[in-house]
Amino acid sequence: MPSIGRDDVARLADLARIQLTDEEVDRLAGEFDAIIDAVASVSEVATADVPATSHPIPMTNVFREDVVGQTLTQEQALSGAPEAEDGRFAVPQILGEE
Amino acid sequence: MNDTIRRSAAAQAAALAAGEITSEDLTCAHLDRIRAVDTDLNAFLHVSEEEALTTARDVDARRSAGEELHPLAGVPIAVKDVAVTEGIPTTAGSKMLEGWLPPYDATLVATLRSAGLPILGKTNMDEFAMGSSTESSAFGPTRNPWDRERIPGGSGGGSSAAVASYEAPLAIGSDTGGSIRQPGAVTGTVGVKPTYGSVSRYGLIALASSLDQAGPVARTVEDAALLHELIAGHDPLDSTSLPDPVGAYAEAAHRKDVRGMRIGVISELEGEGFDPEVRARFTESLAQLEQAGAEIVPISCPNFRYALGAYYLIMPSEASSNLAKFDGMRFGLRVVPEDSPTAESVMKATRGAGFGQEAKRRILLGTYALSAGYYDAYYGSAQKVRTLVQGDFSAAFDQVDVLASPTSPTVAFRLGEKIDDPLAMYLNDIATIPANLAGVPGISVPSGLAEDGLPAGIQFLAPTRADERLYRIGGALEALLEDAWGGPLLAKAPELVSGAN
Amino acid sequence: MSTAEPTTPIVPVDYDEAIARFDPVLGIEVHVELGTDTKMFDGAPNVFAAEPNAAVTPTSLGLPGALPVVNRTAVEHAIKIGLALNCQIAESCRFARKQYFYPDLAKNFQTSQYDEPIAFDGWVDVELEDGEVVRVEIERAHMEEDAGKNTHVGGSTGRIHGATHSQVDYNRAGVPLVEIVTKPIPDTGGRAPEVAAAYVRTLRDIFRALEVSEARMEQGNVRADVNVSLRPTRQDPLGTRTETKNVNSFRSIDRAVRFEISRQAGVLDAGQEVVQETRHFHEDTGGTSSGRPKSDAEDYRYFPEPDLVPVAPSREWVEQLRASLPELPAARRRRLLGEWGFSDLEMRDVINAGALDQIEASVAAGASAQSARKWWMGELARTAREQDVELTQLAVTPGQIAELQGLVDEGKINDKIAKQVLVKVLEGQGDPAAIVEQEGLAVVSDDSVLTSAVDQAIADNPDVVAKIQGGKVKAIGALIGPIMKATRGQADAGKVREIIMDKLGVS
Repeated sequence: MPSIGRDDVARLADLARIQLTDEEVDRLAGEFDAIIDAVASVSEVATADVPATSHPIPMTNVFREDVVGQTLTQEQALSGAPEAEDGRFAVPQILGEE
Repeated sequence: MNDTIRRSAAAQAAALAAGEITSEDLTCAHLDRIRAVDTDLNAFLHVSEEEALTTARDVDARRSAGEELHPLAGVPIAVKDVAVTEGIPTTAGSKMLEGWLPPYDATLVATLRSAGLPILGKTNMDEFAMGSSTESSAFGPTRNPWDRERIPGGSGGGSSAAVASYEAPLAIGSDTGGSIRQPGAVTGTVGVKPTYGSVSRYGLIALASSLDQAGPVARTVEDAALLHELIAGHDPLDSTSLPDPVGAYAEAAHRKDVRGMRIGVISELEGEGFDPEVRARFTESLAQLEQAGAEIVPISCPNFRYALGAYYLIMPSEASSNLAKFDGMRFGLRVVPEDSPTAESVMKATRGAGFGQEAKRRILLGTYALSAGYYDAYYGSAQKVRTLVQGDFSAAFDQVDVLASPTSPTVAFRLGEKIDDPLAMYLNDIATIPANLAGVPGISVPSGLAEDGLPAGIQFLAPTRADERLYRIGGALEALLEDAWGGPLLAKAPELVSGAN
Repeated sequence: MSTAEPTTPIVPVDYDEAIARFDPVLGIEVHVELGTDTKMFDGAPNVFAAEPNAAVTPTSLGLPGALPVVNRTAVEHAIKIGLALNCQIAESCRFARKQYFYPDLAKNFQTSQYDEPIAFDGWVDVELEDGEVVRVEIERAHMEEDAGKNTHVGGSTGRIHGATHSQVDYNRAGVPLVEIVTKPIPDTGGRAPEVAAAYVRTLRDIFRALEVSEARMEQGNVRADVNVSLRPTRQDPLGTRTETKNVNSFRSIDRAVRFEISRQAGVLDAGQEVVQETRHFHEDTGGTSSGRPKSDAEDYRYFPEPDLVPVAPSREWVEQLRASLPELPAARRRRLLGEWGFSDLEMRDVINAGALDQIEASVAAGASAQSARKWWMGELARTAREQDVELTQLAVTPGQIAELQGLVDEGKINDKIAKQVLVKVLEGQGDPAAIVEQEGLAVVSDDSVLTSAVDQAIADNPDVVAKIQGGKVKAIGALIGPIMKATRGQADAGKVREIIMDKLGVS
């Protein structure tokens, strides 16, 4: 099992868009190996012949008919916005494009 | 009135139906109780006095007009702050959502409203339901009414404490790895995690979508059954909601007959790590049931030992994704750093400031488990363990009607005792987690007083969609034990007011 | 955008030269917005233009607690697209979460399909303008949701550069998309740009025939990401590819591929390596510029969407949908070619001019195929070019064209008058028959009117009469002109000639 260091925690925090203090990075780096060790036992029994279960109760084909339902008004939609402008959510400048 | 609030929800409902009391008076009595004890307990994050009284008066008016009402109409209820409530602040115990007023109701909240249950307020919880002690709430811990230096369990410690301290006769909880059952055990109350999909998840702020299930928190098995019957049922807004008709849970709770029932004792969940007195109360409870005609069978579920590991991979993985939406763009907290802020830097600063330590820990753990190169070893393997755990359950239920274990390995621990030791904290869920992985229903009922004179719980698990069995055995055991104790266990709890403070 | 272009300026290689020395391989991802009434996972209306943030539910807005439910019609549309592209339809498939943070992505993950697409392993034949057919292999077609729309404020002309902040509208968030991914398209040589554009046009026509989308490129209903790579010869392994995002017209697709081939050839000539990256196409220059590098750090952390259950279309359902498929464009063209008796060349011209639908409708309204082709490919095509609009945008219906031709066939008007009538129709003056009636444009074949006009002409032109009587019958034309003028062009020229010859006793 690879050891998880400060750099790994910083990289994960970046991927998860969470700003951490140095102290937090230290503490999490200190805890991570122990937690991963504790959970890694799953690979002992997770052999190739065991299928994965992602839903506790197997169901398929749950659909909605293509009919307009209840919607929010613009006012409701924006009611929780930290900032709104021209009926839209105002967000800080976006760098880069997806 | 002090007596009325101590009655069961069923008894309060009967008093309302008989015209002995109005919903307004009943609601006021609970609000008074909250005012009296909650400064100390901190079970409520928000008390919605106005809304509750409006509903109560409306129900009273409809009742006097002769309208046919739901049996629980007028009986007040507390709702875990994980469920969104239109016009009532909803935070999920996080700074991230402080002051947020949702523009919609969770399906179960809409159900409560239309059945006429006054919503007293929103109960405290571990932040985003991540915890077993309610200590990770951004708004301070809730205290256990049995001992205010102890935790009330978690994540739904607010709901269990509110019910245990007569602030509310009923409450809503949510159980991802034990968050209804474990608080029930450590506060001497009843908590039910229904079959996955029995109660709509629409409007519950998701922790782990494939594990989360809302359910009833109550003082009696019958009350839990009545509330479960109300909130269960198919919801077209939740793709994982079961289309099944709702079972006759209250009727099952009334049967009080366990003759011929086969109870499997999970050998992996009664030995090491479980406190002696917790185990003693468990064994005594089984003895009572055996005497009443049930058969006790030892059962091995060998893959349960991997359940905790699988859970602490699946839950953080799903949580890391479900909590991505909390980014300061559309709702809730926004933290703007000083130097030429960008959307990205605002997201980072907001999430850095808005999430508490446990949330950060689990998000990073989940991000790690899903990241390229690790998925198969962690998330993929955990999903396979899930298959194995389900296999253990189905093999067990070929032999027995229900399974039993202590709900939690210990009685309520002290505030702060495990807060810095995440692994020790995670072990609290050892007995409750397998049910969430497999989607099976579980109930925790009080089994008596254990270490330090604090309550312990016994958990029963049933096959998926066989929730009735839980009410049948729970109701029967409750009656047997109350006979032995000479009354409900909660009667032994210390008084919270008049000098107790 | 933040990534700088390579420091050494790259000189693009002349296209023909690039093709002479390199073999291009294409890969195309097409996104089509489905024309359902509601979104992919919630009951918000799927509308193009509405007040911002008013076509949303808690689900499309990504509010805490909200959950998705799959739109059945969107699944049907996706299956139909898969069937039309000769794909296998999955027995069972799932949605997955593609996770990245971006303000237009309400949940900070896109609900998409990852390793379990609903349709896979198909093909489609693409016909180029000269009739050559290229078979494009389809890797997969999968369902996903669109993102919201960012508007950049404070910079120049709404661009991301220099913007002080942005505004987000989530009306488009959650609109159902089907993404169709080709396998690498090899061996197109110098025709790569044409193949790319024709492929997307073929898909566009299929979407329209299936009625799963309005498929309007200009509204962004259909968006193409074009992958291009070069290798020295067809025998070499594939080179490093670039992905030019969101190219939104057939012409732009052609230009973008052409530019990338020239540019990549320049990069390779300079001894550099092509960087695997996304690029942006610029309409104004016809060039592309570097976007995000596709680095290893990009980690979407896909996992099965736990809020949704698998989609497992029964074979019965699939066959039902297969049976309901309308005639697809290629089959229809083959059929019409047979029915109309056009030459291959005529048919291709019709298709390339986008006149097929109009001609078919005109024929359905009673015109002969050849006359309908004459109108739509002649007068009307010219008018459309002058007005710079599509044939369908002209203010004339196929029914009016059939009516107009009917008047000619009945001899009520001649071709010249018919063209005048058409101008009036296009001006919105009404239907052809009504215009002819109102304006008295019907052909004059009344003998008495014509006879007096002929008499007048004979009296006015004694010299011409002498020539005709002297045996120069061709000189009759000099008399017909003034007669036509006198009758405002409505005279039946054959009839006039008959009367003149009769009067002058020649034959």
